[in-house]
Amino acid sequence: MTGSVSAGHGSARSLLSARVVRSEARLGPAPPVRARLLARLAPAAVAKAVGSRRFPLVAPSWPEQVERPEPERRVGLDYDTAWARRYPVRFARALLLDNITRPLATLIAAPDVRGLDGLSSDDAPVIFAANHASHLDTPLLLSCLPLRFRHRTVVAAASDYFFDRTWKAHLFAFSLAAIPIERTKVNRRSALLASELLGDGWNLIIFPEGGRSPDGWGQGFRPGGAAYLSVRTGRPVVPVHLAGTRQVLPKGATGIRRTETTVTFGTPLRPEPGEDVRRLGERIERSVALLADEQSSDWWSARRRAASGTTPPLRGPDVAPWRRSWSLEPAPSRAATRSRWPLRTGADATTG
Amino acid sequence: MSPRPGFVLEVDRSTPPTLFWHGERFRLERLPEGSRVIYAPEPLDPLPDPAAAIREALLHPLGDQQPLPALLRPGMRLTIAFDDISLPLPPMERPDIRQLVIEEVLDLAAAAGVDDVELIVALALHRRMTEPELRHALGDRIYDAFAPTGLLTQHDAEDPDALVHLGLTDQGEDVEINRRAAESDLLVYVNINLVAMDGGHKSVATGLSSYRSLRHHHNPQTMRHSRSFMDQHRSELHSANWRMGKLIAESGVTIFQIETTLNNDAFPPPFGFLQKREWEWGVRDRMAFVGASAVLDRTPAAAARQVFHRVRAPHRMTSVQAGEVEAVHLRTTENVWKQQGVPVEGQTDILTMGLPYISPYNVNSILNPILVACLGLGYFFNLYRGRPLVREGGVVIMSHPTPWEFNPVHHPSYIDFFEQVLSQTTDPVEVADTFEASFANDPWYIHLYRTGHAYHGVHPFYMWYWCAHALEHLGGVIVVGGDPAAVHRLGFRAASTMTDAIEMATDLVGRSPTLTHIHTPPLLLADVQ
Repeated sequence: MTGSVSAGHGSARSLLSARVVRSEARLGPAPPVRARLLARLAPAAVAKAVGSRRFPLVAPSWPEQVERPEPERRVGLDYDTAWARRYPVRFARALLLDNITRPLATLIAAPDVRGLDGLSSDDAPVIFAANHASHLDTPLLLSCLPLRFRHRTVVAAASDYFFDRTWKAHLFAFSLAAIPIERTKVNRRSALLASELLGDGWNLIIFPEGGRSPDGWGQGFRPGGAAYLSVRTGRPVVPVHLAGTRQVLPKGATGIRRTETTVTFGTPLRPEPGEDVRRLGERIERSVALLADEQSSDWWSARRRAASGTTPPLRGPDVAPWRRSWSLEPAPSRAATRSRWPLRTGADATTG
Repeated sequence: MSPRPGFVLEVDRSTPPTLFWHGERFRLERLPEGSRVIYAPEPLDPLPDPAAAIREALLHPLGDQQPLPALLRPGMRLTIAFDDISLPLPPMERPDIRQLVIEEVLDLAAAAGVDDVELIVALALHRRMTEPELRHALGDRIYDAFAPTGLLTQHDAEDPDALVHLGLTDQGEDVEINRRAAESDLLVYVNINLVAMDGGHKSVATGLSSYRSLRHHHNPQTMRHSRSFMDQHRSELHSANWRMGKLIAESGVTIFQIETTLNNDAFPPPFGFLQKREWEWGVRDRMAFVGASAVLDRTPAAAARQVFHRVRAPHRMTSVQAGEVEAVHLRTTENVWKQQGVPVEGQTDILTMGLPYISPYNVNSILNPILVACLGLGYFFNLYRGRPLVREGGVVIMSHPTPWEFNPVHHPSYIDFFEQVLSQTTDPVEVADTFEASFANDPWYIHLYRTGHAYHGVHPFYMWYWCAHALEHLGGVIVVGGDPAAVHRLGFRAASTMTDAIEMATDLVGRSPTLTHIHTPPLLLADVQ
């Protein structure tokens, strides 16, 4: 009975459904909205919209007999970042950093910033040398810099990772004031650029480990970065220790987990007379290890261990990989994170 | 990256449409599959320091010639002659090469204490240059130093007092050139070699001569035996000039020849797409093309012409050589070929070409129908060495609006030639035999040539003779988009579209013809194997 009523009454809904069914039968199922929008924005569709689908409104085809040359890509170390240090771009980046990056970093990582009292604007420009465990390190560190440093700081970023594509190079040069550096060795071009920028009054953030930690332990500082630039330019190095960022966004992770972090700034280190790059590099590493110790215990205990030469090394124990991981402190669980309005806490999320 | 050489592209389904000049406009044509498109080499790197290169050339001349400073002495008569407005095309950005070279020559003359110096524009039977044109070519410094005192003159081929007859060549050709140049202790000729045809003995023997002298090689017979003008060794035009040049040298005229070559960077960035291969057009090129086409299609031809004639080419000097005429010209020609030469295998049934708004004879003027014919059949057809690009009995398809329009100031005799001569015959020999003398000796044309800015009365005849080789060689000429009335007057056929034109051409060359397109700009010279 019910079936006969619904079949016999041609309501608007059922008519529409019938039309859709017929349309699908003819054309196949309609593509999702997003795909349709993207298709509408494709160059060929734009060309069609203005009345032509042909060259020159769309890109020319390439004759088969002509060998296609390797496109000249000004990426990697050759990428010119000068545009990102012009005033309009700096202004836009300052807006981004202060209004989006900082609040986001605070929300996600809740940084506890320590040791800023040892950092004077008289020291500027300086080289910030930090341990590196996460992609969060750079925006977090930038967010935590005092105002007098924050908007005049460039970030040394691996040319093979952050500058390998044009869009990535544009993105990181704009958002982080990144400059490309060779991470495996001292490259004349990148060293020259960094020295020139320090000479022009720009501060520099550099991660002397050359990459993010794969297991949570430090990787040992390479002398070619911060120490080399400090010896070359005479500018002080400010050791920085970042704790907890690996718990927020470890290497290889696809999602973010909200956790508290600690950013500890050390006292600026100046190259001493006659001190070579290697020795200064070791001193920087020791200073960051001291900050790590200080973060996990207290200042006085850490100083005492430093005085006795028993500061735990950043690199961790020289044992099998599983034992290195085992010896790390367990990551704080979601339930342990602090409640922060308006987002629900980890506990709320799991219960609700 | 070093400039890429020219090459021949075979059109297939993946080839984008090909750019054609169409007067003051552009056309994109999809050529049939299997057609060939000849692309010129990319612009060569310019000389890093042109002034130093010029000085070096003047101090270390080629051939049997002393360095310029050794030829300069106090009390001597020095004449510096130079090419006129017809070179280069489009006119180059300041500073013009002539200015750079002549300033170096004058510096040396001043250092040597030479007082009697005169500058002559080697016009032959071309129109006189205007003051702004001279200032552009020479720079204000030279113009202001010489023009006010009458020491910058324009060659007058109709002033009997300003000409001297040096004698007859072994072929009985009169050699009559500018008196001041002939009677100077030293004649320095400053040349710009845009194509291989320019320069050599042609500079003085043609540029500074009179109708009495020119008629011996500017005639249909000579033109038909010049195969082509770009190949000096197979050009009767050049042979005649070389004979005259030898006589000039034997008459005691000392010539210090300075020749320069340019790269083929002919259009500035807004028109950068003209210089590129179509499949390499980036977004900016395509937008520039679309924008330029949209504007030009809505702009009256006269206004578009004004815009284009304001374009200054970013040409740069690629070589400079000085010394004895023949030795210099040999080196110059090599350098021109280095920039423009493209090896091409075999001939074609149909040769297509897009003609621009400019030719050597209409700078700041209108490319009238006679000049359209001359540019297509006189110049573009002759851009070859070896054999013509198109086979005997083949067809040339030109793209140009060919308006029935003339500049009455620059081309008064062209109007009468078009109305009175071509309406009766288009045969170059008949044209020469029946009409040439009356136009050449017409006192009104002579008056306009001498006092105004008009080409000589005989000049349209020369333009028609320039086509003589092509007219004899070809089975037909089709003009795409041309004004039918004007095109028919020229003896050609008009077609609305390239497809129609190719279809019409098959009547003459048979089904499934081969087609080759000369892609210009930039200019190229086909070395046909």
